[in-house]
Amino acid sequence: MRIEYNFAFFDEGSKREIRRATLKAVAIPGYQVPFASREMPIARGWGTGGLQLTLSLVGKKDILKVIDQGSDESVNAVNIKKLITKTTGIKVTDEASEATIIQSRHRIPEIPLQSGQILVLQVPLPEPLRYYEPSELETKKLHAEQEYSGAWLMLFEQIMNYGTMSTGADHPAMVHDRYVMAPSPIPRFDNPKLNHSKALILLGAGREKKVYAVPPYTRVESLAFEDFSFEVESFKNKYCGICGAKGVFLDEMLDDLTGETFYQCNDTSYCLQRLNQESAGRGIYNDRV
Amino acid sequence: MTEFEQPVLSVSNLNKQFGKGCPSCKDLNEDSLKKNYCPVCGTVYACHDITFEVYAGEILGVVGESGSGKSTLMQCLYFDQEVSSGEAYISSYKDGKTDVFAESSQQKRYIRNHIMGKVYQNPLLGLRINFTSIGNIAEKLIAAGNRHVGKMEARGKELLEHVNIPIYRIKEAPKNFSGGMQQRVQIAKALSNNPPLLLLDEVTTGLDLSVQASVLDLIKTIQRELQITVVIVSHDLGVIRMLADRTMVMLDGRIIEQGLTDQILEDPQHGYTQHLVQSLL
Repeated sequence: MRIEYNFAFFDEGSKREIRRATLKAVAIPGYQVPFASREMPIARGWGTGGLQLTLSLVGKKDILKVIDQGSDESVNAVNIKKLITKTTGIKVTDEASEATIIQSRHRIPEIPLQSGQILVLQVPLPEPLRYYEPSELETKKLHAEQEYSGAWLMLFEQIMNYGTMSTGADHPAMVHDRYVMAPSPIPRFDNPKLNHSKALILLGAGREKKVYAVPPYTRVESLAFEDFSFEVESFKNKYCGICGAKGVFLDEMLDDLTGETFYQCNDTSYCLQRLNQESAGRGIYNDRV
Repeated sequence: MTEFEQPVLSVSNLNKQFGKGCPSCKDLNEDSLKKNYCPVCGTVYACHDITFEVYAGEILGVVGESGSGKSTLMQCLYFDQEVSSGEAYISSYKDGKTDVFAESSQQKRYIRNHIMGKVYQNPLLGLRINFTSIGNIAEKLIAAGNRHVGKMEARGKELLEHVNIPIYRIKEAPKNFSGGMQQRVQIAKALSNNPPLLLLDEVTTGLDLSVQASVLDLIKTIQRELQITVVIVSHDLGVIRMLADRTMVMLDGRIIEQGLTDQILEDPQHGYTQHLVQSLL
């Protein structure tokens, strides 16, 4: 039996509902807008929020890129791409500069995004104050009253316990001087890329039924203290073992045979692009070690 | 204390009722028996026409039997509960000319964070027991606009030392502490940003006598040092005798007697107060 789906899987009414929530989210930067999260053919927690945003936005001329943990070829990314292309027939790409919609988990591409592009992030826990205040009713009040001592307190606790702010990912950020936002599980390294981003950034949490957004050119400030400033992960004196890139987010790997530690670009398409350009002899990357 | 001095806290006609009320409740309020429960609609009048003033550096005691509305009064003053009617003025907030009960919830939060400190009977209400002790103190400092880790840590250490929490335990969560220690952390937290007004709700209830003595001693010392104004609720007349300058006695949601503590304890006028003093001494 062959089932015919509507364009982009959803019926038009569903898409409209999600778009309406998205518009509200764009209008109030950083504010979590509730929406009627649908049952999806992938499991909750596998990017249903991001997927619903992508499906509601996608048009016939769009070009899609899906990243999971920095890679275009991991299981989750491949399956999301399959679902979207099967129900829409649009083109997919690996190159961040070519894509019009980029759905991602964990990373923002290394290549700076341009205006006209949309970055969709999959969010597991949209509430930055959740560990401080378990009640949804209470956190809503805290947001309404702009009472964010809880977010700072959690950072203070980390400094007390570990001597430094130890957020591996999801470092809370103040959007447009009003709402504190959990920027999905992107590493601290990518937080500065949110600030005055040329691209529209949408964040969707399917299980928690919330969408929020960072419109283009919006101030996004990572929370920090007067004497403990915000710092990104440092990869000083380290470079990608494949393409030689420096100043990018690197994964630490272990060589099975020699037992040595080496590093590799987390953004695989960026790594590949560098290698291609080099082998084509364009020589624009002279920093190869 | 001059006659013209403005009270730190002045409350007038504070009412708090639980329930909608009905026509027969009106008779109840004029009833000479003065019960606080309406048998027709079940409405409870927890606080009825409470009017009092507290002056700078003074300790006001509130005594009364269980269910007389002491804690409800404190919750209303700390904005944990919304009052049914009434007004309150705090001298350090907008020169004491604005009714704080009529302010927005954002402003109420500001008052709580900057002007007030409260110690609850149950430490679980006043503390975040899974966060570190020093973090608990930092919470109040952060809420008051502090953003300097070094300064907050120093202040937290100073306060915890003051309340006799050993220095090597300040990074431990209060959930691992004994009840007395939790209570002391709570006091340190309430005092962290030197609030002009401190509300103490049955701070010593449930603590053993030696801890009780040290907690009371601590409150007295700090109050003398910083000249803060304190409202202390207790059903223990010993605590009131030791701390309070002035005392009011509550029964069924009403203030039945108020005056200097010695006067209340030595020469009680109201029948209930006489009974209360008699049963203790």
